[in-house]
Amino acid sequence: MSLFGNLGYKKLKNKIMLAVFFTAGFFTIFITIGIVYVLLKDTIEFFNIVSIKEFLTEKEWTPLFANQKFGIWPLVAGTFLIAGIAVIISVPLGLLIAVYLSEYAPHSVREIVKPIIEFLEAIPTVVYGYFTLLFVTPLLQKIVPDLEAFNSLAPGIVLGFMILPYTASMAEDAMKGVPQRIREASYALGGTKFRTAVSIVIPAAISGIIAGFILGASRAIGETMVVAVAAGMYPNLTLDPRVPVQTMTGYIVQVALGDLPFGSIEYLSIFAVGLALFIIAFVFNSIALWLRSKIREAY
Amino acid sequence: MKRLSSRTDIIFPIIGFLGLFLVISFMITLVLDIFLDGLSKLKDPSFYASYPSRFPDKSGILAAWVGTLLVMGGAIFWSLLIGIPAGIYLEEYASRKGIIGKIETIIELNINNLAAVPAIIYGLLALGIFVYRFNFGESILTAGLTLSLLMLPVIVVNTREAIRRIPRDIREGAYAVGATKWDTIRDHILPYSLGGILTGLIIAASRAIGETAPLITIGALTFIAFLPPSPFTSNFPFISGEKLWEVLLSPFTVLPIQIFNWVSRPQADFQINAAAAGFVLLVLTVLMNAIAYYFRQKVRRKYIW
Repeated sequence: MSLFGNLGYKKLKNKIMLAVFFTAGFFTIFITIGIVYVLLKDTIEFFNIVSIKEFLTEKEWTPLFANQKFGIWPLVAGTFLIAGIAVIISVPLGLLIAVYLSEYAPHSVREIVKPIIEFLEAIPTVVYGYFTLLFVTPLLQKIVPDLEAFNSLAPGIVLGFMILPYTASMAEDAMKGVPQRIREASYALGGTKFRTAVSIVIPAAISGIIAGFILGASRAIGETMVVAVAAGMYPNLTLDPRVPVQTMTGYIVQVALGDLPFGSIEYLSIFAVGLALFIIAFVFNSIALWLRSKIREAY
Repeated sequence: MKRLSSRTDIIFPIIGFLGLFLVISFMITLVLDIFLDGLSKLKDPSFYASYPSRFPDKSGILAAWVGTLLVMGGAIFWSLLIGIPAGIYLEEYASRKGIIGKIETIIELNINNLAAVPAIIYGLLALGIFVYRFNFGESILTAGLTLSLLMLPVIVVNTREAIRRIPRDIREGAYAVGATKWDTIRDHILPYSLGGILTGLIIAASRAIGETAPLITIGALTFIAFLPPSPFTSNFPFISGEKLWEVLLSPFTVLPIQIFNWVSRPQADFQINAAAAGFVLLVLTVLMNAIAYYFRQKVRRKYIW
């Protein structure tokens, strides 16, 4: 009898734990719902005051001046300018390192170098910010004439290194995933190592490599502290990398640093900018996830 | 098996090695730069025991590192509370059938997406929900909850990977002798995966400890020249719930915010403080990553199935 009683208790406990575990899993969905709810609610309130048309067509962003204008483009331009510089630096360097590590380097070198490259992402971004403002910018000022103390070039270059864990390390993982027999076939036909890497391995791993590039770009777009410290706080619709700009993330930080009265137009505006940033990041990540699911189908 | 070799096969590895060399010199330059800039402060013991001040030479990181410890304690607690059970559910319970199966797929996709949401968005979430809806204010509690959201996806992914390495036979063996699913998890799955889960926790914490943007977004105060009240009392049970709540709701600063505050001042002397505090933070991050790396190697050797 006690045996069965015990069994019933065990079964009940098992059911309770199932409910606990499921609740925890289900809770994670509420985080996304929370994000979307918070961003949408205040953005809608923001658009009750500022028209969507002004938001999308006005060429100036001056919410903190007496003459308030709310055109998102200067912030988008600043964001994409810096992320663009980062990608221009990071993609060739990352691809070079990925091919070297996957096709040429001895196993021992890979084992040492990969954790080091991955550590680039673990360095606190505020430390990168310090380094950009007080080391990289002064250094670049000796090379680039008219480079201002706050600019988009230096943060772009530093972010280029920062996203190497995506552009180099993920690309290398994708290349390592290409079966050895495909390489052997190329060698058997007289292909050199370099030829094999360029015309066999890279094309075979291309969706994984590009997924890494896109995730890296997405990381550069969402990065905050490096640009808040070193890019300046000046919304500027320009492609000139030598002058101060402001990114979407930089604007959110600038407003948050001041005393933002709850419900004011400045307070609401950071949620509108946040929603735009969230949508951009979501699109980039979805493309990257889709590309990565394609690799799994290939072999 | 002799292969044709061309000139590119001699030149390319050299260029590749130079690329690697560039990256590693970048990293060494960064570490040396902040170390040398902050050296005079790093050597000064009072730097670790003073509050920030208007005078750069009297400023220290006492409030910042105490704040970092308290906030990280909260972040670790909350992220484990949700992260481990969520990971266990997806690996051990998920049935992948019917309507529940659909929910499971959504949970899975959602966690992948959360991992890639820019950190500052979590700050906006926290500002809208924790600060203004729950009225937690700009407190240690809010900061801990915010950072736990950032850590959660990393913990879930690592928990799942650790559980997946345990072979099916272990579970079948436990079921065969009459254990329920929960018995199996408690007596086998959790103990065997603990190493992997801890590794994930340390990695997640090493990322969260350097996060600045979400905490600035919730409006974290930057000038804190005091510590939170002590929750301990002289009488039994030596800890007061009321005071503990006071600690959780007290304002705070953390190392990365203190660094940001100092680096954005025009006076060069404050930048020495920023460099020194940056180096302290960097050392903490390196240590945590090294521990995680060591742990991972050890766990792999301990359980070879």
